[in-house]
Amino acid sequence: MQYKSQAVAMPYFIAAIGLFVGQIIFGLIMGLQYIIGDFLFPEIPFNVARMVHTNLLIVWLLFGFMGAAYYMVPEEAETELYSPKLALLLFWVFLVAGAATVLGYLLVPYATLAEMTGNDLLATMGREFLEQPLPTKVGIVVVALAFLFNITMTSLKGRKTAISMVLLLGLWGLAIFFLFSFYNPVNLVRDKFYWWWVVHLWVEGVWELILGALLAFVLIKVTGVDREVIEKWLYVIITLALISGIIGTGHHYFWIGAPEYWQWWGSIFSALEPLPFFAMTVFAFTMVNRRRREHPNKAAVLWALGTGVMAFLGAGVWGFLHTLAPVNYYTHGSQITAAHGHMAFYGAYVMVVLTLISYAMPILRGRAANSNKAQVVEMWSFWLMTVAMVFITLFLTAAGILQVWLQRVSDAPMSFMATQDQLMLFYWMREWAGVMFFVGLLVYVASFFIKGETRSAKA
Amino acid sequence: MSGIFTKSMARNIFYGGTVFFFLLFLALTFDTERELPSRDNRENLTAEVAAGKHIWETRNCIGCHSLLGEGAYFAPELGNVYTRRGPEFIKAWIQSMPTEAPGRRQMPNFNLSDEELDQLVAFFKYTAGINTSNWPPNIEG
Repeated sequence: MQYKSQAVAMPYFIAAIGLFVGQIIFGLIMGLQYIIGDFLFPEIPFNVARMVHTNLLIVWLLFGFMGAAYYMVPEEAETELYSPKLALLLFWVFLVAGAATVLGYLLVPYATLAEMTGNDLLATMGREFLEQPLPTKVGIVVVALAFLFNITMTSLKGRKTAISMVLLLGLWGLAIFFLFSFYNPVNLVRDKFYWWWVVHLWVEGVWELILGALLAFVLIKVTGVDREVIEKWLYVIITLALISGIIGTGHHYFWIGAPEYWQWWGSIFSALEPLPFFAMTVFAFTMVNRRRREHPNKAAVLWALGTGVMAFLGAGVWGFLHTLAPVNYYTHGSQITAAHGHMAFYGAYVMVVLTLISYAMPILRGRAANSNKAQVVEMWSFWLMTVAMVFITLFLTAAGILQVWLQRVSDAPMSFMATQDQLMLFYWMREWAGVMFFVGLLVYVASFFIKGETRSAKA
Repeated sequence: MSGIFTKSMARNIFYGGTVFFFLLFLALTFDTERELPSRDNRENLTAEVAAGKHIWETRNCIGCHSLLGEGAYFAPELGNVYTRRGPEFIKAWIQSMPTEAPGRRQMPNFNLSDEELDQLVAFFKYTAGINTSNWPPNIEG
């Protein structure tokens, strides 16, 4: 690597992968609970497994983003990190806080956890994805601000590139919009309305800036295409992302009590949301086709291309599938939503973090790329996980269509639970696809331990 | 992209477009806040409802159920449960959990007092009165 302080990224990446494994284990538990309802009850009720599954996802992606920033910003700014010590300290703070939170979910009844952690002082818990106790939420803000201070200072003392500016903008936005997690009015409509300012403006807003910056960084490195060209593409992609995504928030405002004009605003703008992802796919393939060198890290190139394609399918196509208000009227809160959520998160955020890790980790370990043998194993894991995710999505989509038909469209609608009984075949297939995903993840982890001949890193 | 369209043009469009659409979003939010009083059933927001929402949150109900279609999809929609089941059924149901029927999905027993049950029901009654533009399509949620 070019700068010694980039090494602080390594523990972040390792923690990210470790928590990823945990996330998938809890996903498999939940998948089985969908079929065998009392599996692990009362030890791990479904809601607890779900909190662990979704919170681990968020936390490991944040570890990935932070590790990526610590790796990228010194190289972009052409200077050492402002404070590597602060970065390491924050790593441990975040890891211990994250572990304590998950243990809290698993070991203490949620109501007790709320009482113990001061939720009566400021009630923020018990809302989807924002289940964290107050001290954890405060901790996230403190860690995020200290992290932003560190990388902003690094950036300020060095070269300012479009990639680092976009990355910083995304990360600052991430921290700022998280502040809405502290706002929890009694009025449920307003609660929900501003809850989306965290959730939607993260994943269909500022996180896309981070995604674009990471992808652009790796593409410059592995293709050798001129920075001017890549950064121009980056601006076009994030422009499309934000002009469609900001008003696109409206697709969440159809049925929660907000005014009905949101059905128009939300439908029209979110119908444009596939565009940035389509542009991203074209971008990745065009840059790789126009490459000026053969980078020895083939696996990283594969992940970069995969990110474009899968983000387009998951976020773009599967998002569009149910985003128009007349369709969403029937699909809202069904397994269709779950199908979209899985593939979008995997295709966009999981894959871009794995792209960056795939590129950076060999360099952090002192070589330009892993041995051919290790790369082949890593590419196997790419295909296993990606194909498994395609199947998970297809099976959940099938379950969702059947659910919508039986429970919502039919002249004699079935009850929720009676409908669920009809979906078991698809839930079984989803669970087996989940097992395949887990095998792919284990192969991925194994690829880090495979030796073989490597070239030493100069880059 | 040709040489005429430069990086700085792309950058300016990005910043300009983002600021414009964010301001538009704020304007729509402002207008939404003005319209909400006629839709969000706030006239029925009592202290009892607030207490009920607190119970809803601190038992992490959203981890299995959906509320106005948002949440988990493991257990029934509860935004309209007051209309679907009525207050007495809801209270009796919560108290009889878990069913312990083998192989069936289980809901924990939260040992709620009679007062807490009434508060939770009041919360469901309030949510059922929100104008959701006729969602869900039918009573089953």
